[in-house]
Amino acid sequence: MPKRALASIKVLELCHDVAGSYSTKLLADLGAEVIKVERPGHGDAARNSPPFFHDIPDPDKSGLFLYLNTNKLGITLNVTTATGKDIFQELVKQSDVLVEDNPPQYMTEQGLDYDSLKELNPRLVMASITPFGQTGPYRDYKAYPLNIFHCGGEGYLTPGGVENIGRPPLKVGGFLTEYDSGLSAAIAILAALYWRRKSGIGQRIDISKQESLMALNRLDMVRSANEGEVITRAKQGVPYGGALPCKDGYTVFITWESVQWDRLVKFMGDPEWAHDEKFKDYAGRYKHGELINALLTEWLVNHNKEDLYHQGQAAGVPFAMVYSSKDLVDSEHLTAREFFAEINHPKTGRVKYPSAPYKFSETPWQVTRPAPLLGEHNEEIFTRRLEHSREELAKLGAAGVI
Amino acid sequence: MDSLSGVRILDITRYAAGPQITLLLAFMGAEVIKVESMANIDHFRREESAVVFGSARASADCFNSLNANKLSISLDLSTTEGVELAKRLVHISDVVVDNFRAGIMDKLGLGYDVLKEIKRDIIMLSASSHGATGPEKGYIAYAVTMGALSGLSEVTGYTGGPPVIMRSSADLRPGTTAAFAILAALNYREETGEGQFIDFSAREALSCGIGEIIMDYTMNGRVRTHNGNRDDIMAPHNCYRCDGEDKWVSIAISNDNEWAALCQAIGNPAWAEDERFSDQLSRWQHQEELDKLVEAWTNTHTHYEVMNILQTAGVAAAPSFSNEELFNDPHCRERECFATVQHPEEGELYVLTPPWKFSATPARVTSPAPLLGEHTEYVLTELLGMPEEEISRLVAEKVLY
Repeated sequence: MPKRALASIKVLELCHDVAGSYSTKLLADLGAEVIKVERPGHGDAARNSPPFFHDIPDPDKSGLFLYLNTNKLGITLNVTTATGKDIFQELVKQSDVLVEDNPPQYMTEQGLDYDSLKELNPRLVMASITPFGQTGPYRDYKAYPLNIFHCGGEGYLTPGGVENIGRPPLKVGGFLTEYDSGLSAAIAILAALYWRRKSGIGQRIDISKQESLMALNRLDMVRSANEGEVITRAKQGVPYGGALPCKDGYTVFITWESVQWDRLVKFMGDPEWAHDEKFKDYAGRYKHGELINALLTEWLVNHNKEDLYHQGQAAGVPFAMVYSSKDLVDSEHLTAREFFAEINHPKTGRVKYPSAPYKFSETPWQVTRPAPLLGEHNEEIFTRRLEHSREELAKLGAAGVI
Repeated sequence: MDSLSGVRILDITRYAAGPQITLLLAFMGAEVIKVESMANIDHFRREESAVVFGSARASADCFNSLNANKLSISLDLSTTEGVELAKRLVHISDVVVDNFRAGIMDKLGLGYDVLKEIKRDIIMLSASSHGATGPEKGYIAYAVTMGALSGLSEVTGYTGGPPVIMRSSADLRPGTTAAFAILAALNYREETGEGQFIDFSAREALSCGIGEIIMDYTMNGRVRTHNGNRDDIMAPHNCYRCDGEDKWVSIAISNDNEWAALCQAIGNPAWAEDERFSDQLSRWQHQEELDKLVEAWTNTHTHYEVMNILQTAGVAAAPSFSNEELFNDPHCRERECFATVQHPEEGELYVLTPPWKFSATPARVTSPAPLLGEHTEYVLTELLGMPEEEISRLVAEKVLY
C-alpha cells in the first residue's frame, strides 16, 4: 500500500458547485476518504455541464465532473426527507470534515446547521463555501463564476493595457475562481484539523468566494486605501514585453531585473537602438515601454515562438509562449514530469487528466478510483458502513430517499 | 488560539509566489522566519520595484501585503557561515520553503538530502516555476510568463483579440496551492512522524485551474480559446456598461426562471417577449443582440442599483469592483476584509485580512511586514542562544548583512 498524506481523514461532501467539489478532490487525491452526497436523480450540477466525453451529454461523462471527483465515493441521498436527514446525521457522526456549498439559510432550514451537527460530533470541522460568506448584506446574493470574478476585484483589472479602458472588464476563462475558492477552503480545513489534533475540538469555517479571489489580488486591494491609487486596466500590464506577436503566433516575456534586459539585448544580437540613452536604466525603459515594444516587435516577427522560448531561456531571458490545451498535453516537459495522469473510467475508458503541481517524496498524489457513477457506492455505504439491510435499501430507493 | 501555533517555518522565498505561501501559514499562527540579505534582497525592497509600482511607498505597501506577521533575519546564504547558520535554523524548524529555480538550494548546500540529516522529520517545499525535473527545469518565469505557459492566457481575451497576460494573481494562486501541500505534509508528519520533500511547480498549479478545458482536449480533441465574458450555455452572460465612468456590472442567467425574473425586474420591456429570446438556446444564439438590449437598461443605472434590483429578484448580478469600491463596500466592511497595521516606516497601512473565517481559531493579521533584519537579534539570541559578541562578529563579516 502506498503511503497517503491524508489517509486518516474522513470527509463528507454536500456540494453542487465546482468550488466545493474541488476542495474535497484536493483532499481525496492525497488519500482522504470522501463521501460525496448527491441528489437522487440529478446528482451534482457538474454532471450536466460540458465538456462531455465525445460530446454526448451523459451524467457520467462530463469532463468537469470526472475531473472534480476523482477518488471519491458517491452516494445519493435526499437530505430534505426525515429518513434522509437521519442517514446524513449518521454519516456526520463518522466524519472528520463536512463540506457544503448551499445558500446560507439552507442547512439551518434542514436542521443540519453546525450547532446541531456539533452536538452529534464535537470534533466535526464544517466548511461552508458560498459566494459572499455566511454574514454581511450580500450573504444571500447569487453569483456564478462570472460574477465572482468581477466582484472579487480581478475582472476590473483584466485585461491590462491602456487600450482596454473603454472596453468591458474580462473574466479569465473557465471556472478559475471556483478552483480558487475550493483551494482556499481545503487549506482552512487542513489547518482546522491540525488544531483539532491538539485541542480535540472541531469548528466552523466560513468561506466566501469573493474573498478567496480578493486574497489572490492582495497587492492591488489596499492600494487605494494606502496610496489613494485606484488601479484600473490602464494602469495594469507590464512596461514592455508581455504578449507580443512573433512569426507564428505570440511570444511572451518580461524582464524584471536589469541584468535580464542586458541579456535580452545580447540575445537580439546587440541592435543599435537598444543603446539609446532613453533605455539606459530601468526607469527609462519603464517610461518608454511602448516604444521598446514597437522596436522589439520588428525583431520578434522574424522568429518562431518555440525558438524564442527555448533559446531565450538559454540566454537567461524569461521567455515563454502562449500554450493552448493541446500544447500543454504535447509538452515534452509536462510529459517528462508525468503531469497528465491516464485514468480509466467505466464510461469513457482511459483519458488523460491533469494531476497535481506537487510531487511528494513520501506520499505521492494518486488516483485509486475514477469519479463515481451516480449512486455507485450506495450499497457499500448504506449496507456495509451504516448497516442498513438490503431490503431497507430497496425501500429507501423506492421512497426517493436515495 | 491559532490553528498552526507551534509550527516554525524557515522562509527562503522572494517576489510574490513564495511569500504568499508563508503568509497564509503565518495568518494561521505559524512562526515564519524570512531569510533575506542585502546580497539577495526581495524584489519588493528594490528600487526597480518602486519604479514599477509608482513610488517607494507603493512598493513597501505591496511588500507589507505579502509579508505581514513574519520575522526577518538578514542572513547572506552565499557565505559559508551564512549557510551554517541556516542549518542551525533548520534544526529548530518544522518546514523549509524556498522559491529558487531548481537546483539552487542544492548548490547552496541546503538541498533536502542535507536538511533531512540535520532534522529527520523536516518538511521541505521547493516552489519553482517549472519544477525540479523535466527538460525545462531551471527556466526562469514570472506571473506573466507562467500564466501564458499554463494555458490561462489562451482562454482569456476578447473574442478575436489577442490572448491576455495574467497579473500578480498568477503568482499568488500557485503560492496558495503550495500552502495546501505543506499542510498536507504536516498532517502526515503528525500522523507518522515522517517529513518529506515536495517538488512544486507553479505553472502546473495554474494549469490545474483549467482542468475541464484540458479534458475537452483529451476527450474530444477540442482546443479552447478565448471568448470574452461569454459562457458555453448561459446567456445573458456578460459585463455591461453602467452609469458613471468605467463602471460595469456582470449579469449571468442560467435558466428560464432567472430569465423571467430578469425581465420582470427591468420592467418587462417589449423585446423580452421576442421569439429570439424565448428559450435558453435561442437566447444563447442571439446573445449579441440581447447584450445590446440589456446594456441599454444597465446604462441608465449605477452598477450598485443594477445589483440591488436584480439580486432582489433572484438574479445573479454583481459590479466589476475596483479596489477602492471594495475597500468602501458595506459588505466587505461588515465582514472586516481590511485591517490596519502600524508599519515602523510607513505608518498606518491597511492590509487585506485572511480569507477564511474560523469559529474557534480566527486567522489574523498580527504585525506588519518586518524591516530587513528586524528580528535577526531575536532569532539568534532567543532561538539559537548565540552570544552578543558572536552576532557582532557576523555583522562585521557581513554574514548578517
